[in-house]
Parts: sequence; structure tokens; C-alpha cells
Amino acid sequence: MDAIILQILNGLDKGSAYALIALGLTLIFGTLGVVNFAHGALFMIGAFCAVTVNKLLSLSFVTLDPSKKDFLGNPTKILTPYVEKWFGPEVGAAIIDWSVPLSILFAIPIMIAIGFIMERGLIKHFYRRPHADQILVTFGLAIVLQELIKHYYGANPIQTPAPDAFRGSFDFGQLLGFDPNVIIYPYWRLVYFAFAAVVIGGVFAFLQFTTFGMVVRAGMADRETVGLLGINIDRRFTIMFGLAAAVAGLAGVMYTPINSPNYHMGMDFLVLSFVVVVVGGMGSLPGAVAAGFLLGILESFASMNEVKALIPGIDQIIIYVVAIVILLARPRGLLGRKGVMED
Amino acid sequence: MSKNNFTRRGLMKTGAIGGAGLAVPTIFTSNVWAASHTGFTNAPQGDTVTLGFNVPQTGPYADEGADELRAFQLAVEHLNGGGDGGMMQTFSSQKLQGNGIMGKKVEFVTGDTQTKSDAARASAKSMIEKDGAVMISGGSSSGVAVAVQSLCQEAGVIFMSGLTHSNDTTGKDKKANGFRHFFNAYMSAAALAPVLESLYGADRKAYHLTADYTWGWTQQESIQAASEAMGWETVENVLTPLAQTDFSSYIAPVLNSGADVLVLNHYGGNMVNSLTNAVQFGLRDKEVNGKNFEIVVPLYSELMARGAGANIKGIPGSQNWDWKLENQMGDRYRGTNAFVQSFGEKYGFPPSQAAHTCYAQTLLYADAVERAGSFNPCAVAEALAGFEFDGLGNGPTLYRADDHQCFKDVVVVRGKENPENEFDLVEIVEVTPAEQVTYAPDHPMFSGGQLGSCNPGA
Repeated sequence: MDAIILQILNGLDKGSAYALIALGLTLIFGTLGVVNFAHGALFMIGAFCAVTVNKLLSLSFVTLDPSKKDFLGNPTKILTPYVEKWFGPEVGAAIIDWSVPLSILFAIPIMIAIGFIMERGLIKHFYRRPHADQILVTFGLAIVLQELIKHYYGANPIQTPAPDAFRGSFDFGQLLGFDPNVIIYPYWRLVYFAFAAVVIGGVFAFLQFTTFGMVVRAGMADRETVGLLGINIDRRFTIMFGLAAAVAGLAGVMYTPINSPNYHMGMDFLVLSFVVVVVGGMGSLPGAVAAGFLLGILESFASMNEVKALIPGIDQIIIYVVAIVILLARPRGLLGRKGVMED
Repeated sequence: MSKNNFTRRGLMKTGAIGGAGLAVPTIFTSNVWAASHTGFTNAPQGDTVTLGFNVPQTGPYADEGADELRAFQLAVEHLNGGGDGGMMQTFSSQKLQGNGIMGKKVEFVTGDTQTKSDAARASAKSMIEKDGAVMISGGSSSGVAVAVQSLCQEAGVIFMSGLTHSNDTTGKDKKANGFRHFFNAYMSAAALAPVLESLYGADRKAYHLTADYTWGWTQQESIQAASEAMGWETVENVLTPLAQTDFSSYIAPVLNSGADVLVLNHYGGNMVNSLTNAVQFGLRDKEVNGKNFEIVVPLYSELMARGAGANIKGIPGSQNWDWKLENQMGDRYRGTNAFVQSFGEKYGFPPSQAAHTCYAQTLLYADAVERAGSFNPCAVAEALAGFEFDGLGNGPTLYRADDHQCFKDVVVVRGKENPENEFDLVEIVEVTPAEQVTYAPDHPMFSGGQLGSCNPGA
């Protein structure tokens, strides 16, 4: 029982990331009809927004300490962050410590701007082109973005820690009456799950309770008719692309303390997120979220030693096996609608 | 003991193989070396000689590859008489004079292994066939090293491997044309075991997470054997995919497994991520079986330590070399400071162990050519096999003839608790003498392969 609870908890954070990425993918596919293979790269750029903010806040001035020698025998350089100089050592250190949550403020405008530029500069020219063309061009864009990040940030993972207050883990099992150390869960992963719930809830509320959202939902149902009603669908589509980019970016920002960002992380999530979208049902937002959590938790279960002992290698293929089973039983996915990608 | 001449026996062997025809590889049909009638692949014809440096320029180990490339460039500069000469000044064999190799100016070409065996083979093949490389060196993955070593054997060029730690490179996959300066998993385990016992005692239960490829397998096998020999129990060994980025589902079951030590047989990005996950799950703060829970990372690298940040503090592991070795452990490790000075002046930071092993391999190759008086791979192999040397930063070293593995002291390290600067992440715990990490050539962990005969190619 404890192992089951543990793996459900484990699946929640990965499921959160899948759900957030798949949500953006579905938004773009549902409103614009574009299959965006650069969406994983947006998740990665979000993560590097956090890296950038951390580096900016850690910018330091150099003083020489002649009493100590560096590796070449020269006076040692002492680095003092500017924020510690400006705000005092304690406040400065606290600002650097909270760099990941602070990155959200930086990432939102950056990601929306990237979304706008991508949509206006590239994607809009492919609305009427076949999906294969869209996949090729967005995949190419993803590789370009990935290589740019690698050029400027290097290939190795970069540590971007959570604030001290959220480091470590708590004994979830003891709350439920289990022995100590049986079910432990890192604080930041809970934060990530809560953050994902807020973002997903916010997106749904935005689509459900605003006029803009109503038009978008109408557009997702029948793009042509909405266009015929004289609504400037282009501008709304651009805004939707910016919103989807922001959701992916925020997912990336908050994911950085869980796994150190590297230039390849977008690709790692992209394929699985597409599987999530297909399993959830093309164009279905609730489907994307449900499938994200379902597959995240199943993947977690499949990596248990007991399961792998029964079926070796299952942890590598579980998502695809489940996808095949679900699509055989329900060709439109869990909550897919009729007519989407069936022409 | 050094062999200073290209012997008559070696010459006869070369002639026999070259004349046999059967040994000539069929995959190499380039007319680049067909025109050189000197009996071996890519014999230098003019006043230059070309070396091929095959390093990961893309992929997850690109930073390591970049450091290797810096070291290669520095070595070539020194061989051609530039810079301050680096470890050429301290190398016990004083054959290198800064006039290239045998008077020929050293040039080099580079390839990208991408940390993929097939890509590494393709780039090595291209450097041999199209660019006329007479020697291939570099790399940071054992999978790549084994693949490229095999290709060099077929092609008839010398392979001076870079960072490769699997037992197999000089074990079951050893080749006569291949030489490894870097240490291996067995040596790590032999050096680490006594230190682990003194740190954590002989009554421990270990849980292994292991990268699922040649290096992971051999390291896990070595660490398990060495730790069980001192009384530890192995609770579980779980193989993890190389492409894995989130290890939380592998880490979570560790605590209720009864284990009180986690051994991470991971490298590079894998290690950074698995260690980060382990720390997040509070493993280092727990008490199990009445003991503090501990984590061990058998193969360390400075670049990985930088990636892991504060999580690496206090964690033990092993290294082939460390830039602080001579300052902290004395003159036995001379050459270290000369190399650090050269590298640091040129690039602004200390070299990694990947850089060090690649620099050393380049000098060792050049020196072997000078001593043999020939670029012929069989002459070079004969000069390297059984060669004893000093002054390249590791102390007295033997290039064993039986398997072309270097035997030297192993550095046991720990993540530093209070680093004084960004380059000071690792502290040296002790240096294990070469005798304690030496094994018989027919040791079971290294059996199953044959060195075979050297192949001069054309």
C-alpha cells in the first residue's frame, strides 16, 4: 500500500509537467490547427529563463584578496553579488535564494513575446499547409532554439535550486499512519503540483468565464464559422499562441529545481507530451490534463522494481503500450471529439 | 622499463602482417593511403603529420569534449615548440624537443562523437580516410571508446583513448592498436573500498542505481565485488536507461528497501540528476539501521561536481587525476603544476581530468613515435607496451604490455564542504598506490577478449 501511494505521489509531478505541456500543445492545435513540435523547446526556454535570472541576480563584482592565492598563484578573486551590495548581505542572499519563483515575473513577458514572434514570424504561414510541413518547420525551429541555448549556456546541466525553505522532504507516510521513512516526498514537488493545478485551473477559468475564452472555444469547435462572424480571429490566435508559450515556459521555470536544466530537456518531454495529447484526445483540454496525470502515474508505477521484475523493460514502453491500448479501444482518445484530425 | 628501439622482431612481425594481405581491412578503400607505399595506414609523406581528435562536440558531454579539445590543442602547441612546453619539461622521457614529431610539424583534425558509438565510428573513419590521420584520440564514453578502438584496429591506426572507465576497454574489448591512460572501474573500486570502510564501517547495506551500458555494468560489478569483500551487503541493483532524466521513481523505493547506502553508478548528466533527486528526497538527512544514510559516486569529475552544486558536498568518489595533486600530495605527482600552469594561463581555469588524460595521451604517442623512430602503428605499439614513465602528473606509471592499460595511483576524493572558489569543489581524501589497484591480466572481470596482433593497415 505504501509503495502504491509513493508511486502515485511520484507520478503527480511528472504528470503535472506532462499536463502543462500537453495543455499548451492542445490549445495551439485546437485553436490554430497547428501541430507544434517546438513546444518542448518553449518548456526548455522557460527553464533557461530561471537559469538566466539566477545568473543575473548572482552577478558579482570582483575584489582581490592578496592573502589567498588562486590556482595559478595569483591573488584570489573574491566575488560579491551586486544584490548583496545594494540590499545588504541577508536580503541579497534571500533574493538569490528565491530566484526560481522570482523568475516567473521575468518568464511571463519573455515567453509571451517569444510566442507572439513565433506565431507572427513563422507559424501563421503554415496554417493552411499540411501537418507534415508544420511538424518539419516547428521541429527545425526546436533544434535551432536548442542549439542556441547550448551555445550560450553549455551542454551540462545547470543547478537551479529551490529556495531553502522548500528544500528537503517531509514524511508523508507518518501523516497517514505509516512507519517513518516509508513515504517521503520533496517539498518542491508538492509546490510544483500545486502550481500546475493553479495554472491549469487559471487556463480553464480564462476559457470558461471570459468573452475572449468563449470565442476561442467557439473557434476550437468551428474555426470557419467564427471567422465568418467577423471576429478578428488572427489577433486572438496570436494571443492564444502567446498564452500557450507562457504555460509551457512557466512549467519549465518551476521544473528547474526538480531536474537541473539542460538544452535537451525540451526534446525529452516533447514526444511523451504528444502521446499525452493523442491519448487525451486531439483538441480536448480536459483530455490532455487527465492523460498527463494518468500517464505520469503509470510511468512511475512501471519503474517499480517489482513491476520490472515481472515485465523487464516495461518502464521504457509503458506509455506507448497504454497509448496503443487506449487508442484501439477509443480511436479518438479519452475525451477526443468527432472530426478532429479525422479528415 | 622503456624500449627505445623499433626492434628487428617488431619489424619482421609488421612485414609479415603487411605482406599477408589477409589482415588488410576491406572497409578502407580510400586512395588516400593506397598511394603511400610504406606499409602502414596514412604514413606521413611530407613535413607534417596529422592527428585525429574525436571528442563529443554535441550531446550531453559536450562540455567535457570541449575541455578535451583544449588539452589537445595545447599538446599540439607544445609539441610544435609553442608555449611553455607544459609537461614535456617534466616527462621522464626527454625525447620530445618541441620540433613536432620526428621533425614533422603536428597538425590535427577534429571529429564529433556525439557520445554515440555509430557517430563516433563515422567521424573516426572520416578522419582516417579523408584527412589522413595517423592516430585517433579522445572521447568521453566507454561505449564510444570500445567502438572507435575496434575501428582503429581494423583501419591500422593507433587509438589513444580519452576518458573511458569501463573495464571492457582494456578487458574483453581490448585491442592491440588501442591504449588507455585513464583508470578503470576495477581500480576505482579497489581504491574506494578501504576508504568507504573507514568512513562508513564494514556493516552496510548498499542499493545500486546503474547506467544501463558497458561502463555502468562493469563499474557496478566492480564496486559490488569490492564492497562485499569488506562485509557490505548488496540489497538491490537497478539498471536505469541512459536517456533517463528524472530518477525520482528509482530513488523513492530506496529508503524502504532496508539499504543505508546508495551507490550511483551514473556519469555526467545522469549523475547530476540522480544525485539531485536523491538529495530532494532527503536521503542524506535520514537514519536507517541506526546509521546515517550515505551516498557514493564511484566515478567523479570536476565538471559533474560543478553541475551537481551543493549536493555533491561530502560525497566520496574516485578520480584519475586532480589539478591540486602536486600541491597537496607532493613532488611524486610532478607535471601536474606544469600542466595546470600552461592550461590555466591559456584558458583561465584549471584543467579537468578529461583534459589531463587527453594531453598525456598525445605526449605519450608522440614520445613513442620518437623512441620507435617510426609512425608505423606496430612500432608505436611496441614502444608503448611495457613502457614505464613518470612526470605526467600521476606519479610513476606503467603502460602494461598485456592489456595496454596504464597502472598508476588512484585519487580518492570527496565533495568539498566549504569551497573557496568555483574550481575548488573537490578535495583529495587520499591517493591509493598503484600496487593496491593492480590486477592480474587474466582477472575474471577482464577476461573474454584477446589483444591480438597489431595491425599496421596498408
